[in-house]
Amino acid sequence: MSLPDVVVTGLGATTPLGGDVASTWDAMLAGRSGVSALTQEWAGQLSVRIAAQLAVEPSEVLERVKLRRLDRSEAIAIIAAQQAWADAGLADSGLDPERLAVSVGSGIGGATTLLAQDDILEASGPRRVSPHTVPMLMPNGPAAWVGLELGAKAGVHSVASACATGAEAIALGLDIIRAGRADVVVAGGTEAVIHPLPIAGFASMRAMSTRNDEPERASRPWDKGRDGFVLGEGAGVVVLERADHAAARGARVYARLAGAGITSDAYDIVQPHAEGEGAIRAIAKAIADADVAKTDIRHVNAHATSTPVGDMLEIGALHKALGDHPVLSATKSMTGHLLGAAGALESIAAILAIRDSVVPPTINLDDPDEGLTMDVAAHKARHLEIPAALNNAFGFGGHNVALVFTRA
Amino acid sequence: MTRDEITAGLAEILEEVAGVNPDDVAEGKSFTDDLDVDSLSMVEVVVAAEEKFGVKIPDNEVQNLKTVGDAVSYIAAQS
Repeated sequence: MSLPDVVVTGLGATTPLGGDVASTWDAMLAGRSGVSALTQEWAGQLSVRIAAQLAVEPSEVLERVKLRRLDRSEAIAIIAAQQAWADAGLADSGLDPERLAVSVGSGIGGATTLLAQDDILEASGPRRVSPHTVPMLMPNGPAAWVGLELGAKAGVHSVASACATGAEAIALGLDIIRAGRADVVVAGGTEAVIHPLPIAGFASMRAMSTRNDEPERASRPWDKGRDGFVLGEGAGVVVLERADHAAARGARVYARLAGAGITSDAYDIVQPHAEGEGAIRAIAKAIADADVAKTDIRHVNAHATSTPVGDMLEIGALHKALGDHPVLSATKSMTGHLLGAAGALESIAAILAIRDSVVPPTINLDDPDEGLTMDVAAHKARHLEIPAALNNAFGFGGHNVALVFTRA
Repeated sequence: MTRDEITAGLAEILEEVAGVNPDDVAEGKSFTDDLDVDSLSMVEVVVAAEEKFGVKIPDNEVQNLKTVGDAVSYIAAQS
């Protein structure tokens, strides 16, 4: 029996570039940076004092009382999911709740809730700790809240694979529909950990850019001057739907999610494999699963976080797995690194690149690394027919995920 | 403190914690059935009330506080 086709019928996001998909995409194509200086008092003590903070605060969208019981990562997952749901036109479609599933993950989860409640515990004692603490910090919280909001009864799933989470959650959505467990899956990632502790932790690993005086120039994938990633926050959600289900209701289709490849390195807990072996296998598996010709993949939204080692390893892996014909983009140059949401937001960018026949720019690529042997749309967006696009996402723990989207 | 003052104080807490319209808060109203306060929010209301009125409301008493009037009576007796 052949597997059912799966298509993307809805998109939602709230990011450092905009409070929705349209504003985020416009800003991306214009090459705008969402990175700014951290002006909070706590930032003064840190070696890293920049981040890509949300363009629109959740309090502008959700009511105050509801927000009191949501971790920030949960609130923005709900916001992105509601947008995607409305965009897909599923609100009054009569979809059977038992055929609707959710797959939304987070890389770190409700860390800011944990830390804030620990402050209360220390300062005022256990009785003052909020009764909402546990549902706010539990890692399945964002998925569970999205399921609650949309009335999903075919299961809510919360993948956690660090910075590969958003892409892996989408890959799981594909599996769920192929396995016949749901007709529609709301899938994506969310992250909101702009707080001194996670920043200090990443900074202690020397993983982050310290270009504090030039926030907008700090995230510079593949540039010789890159010195680490810039932390971002946000959420990205897509609506995946069985193609015949979408066709039967006359839904607008953005693209087809043609295939996914998932591998693990079994090499090091944080270092990527020295030859990118796991990444190469993930890309190859995704292409085989999608059953597309390598030459059709004209665009790659790369993982490219702006770290000295990782950026070049990915170039090597792409070159080996695909050849040198795709035009690359590192949208983290503008959004910063949304960790568990990155793979979802960048999938959305890849989908829109296919739709609009345009490769978004990679900003700050002023002085390309000699190892950059592939074509990158530097500084400016580039118009290009894109029959198929690939999105890569890799995570601490040795997670490698590649997704292939094709024109519907 | 008069019963009306305690009711007004509870109304402030209920608005902050659960978004209850202060105009809806009256002694005859049930927290769960009339004001839609769920069990986790009720915990928050109790802790905030202890702080505001300088009283102790043990957990085994909370289940007896079905209505705003029950809470007003308990707080009035303690303070």
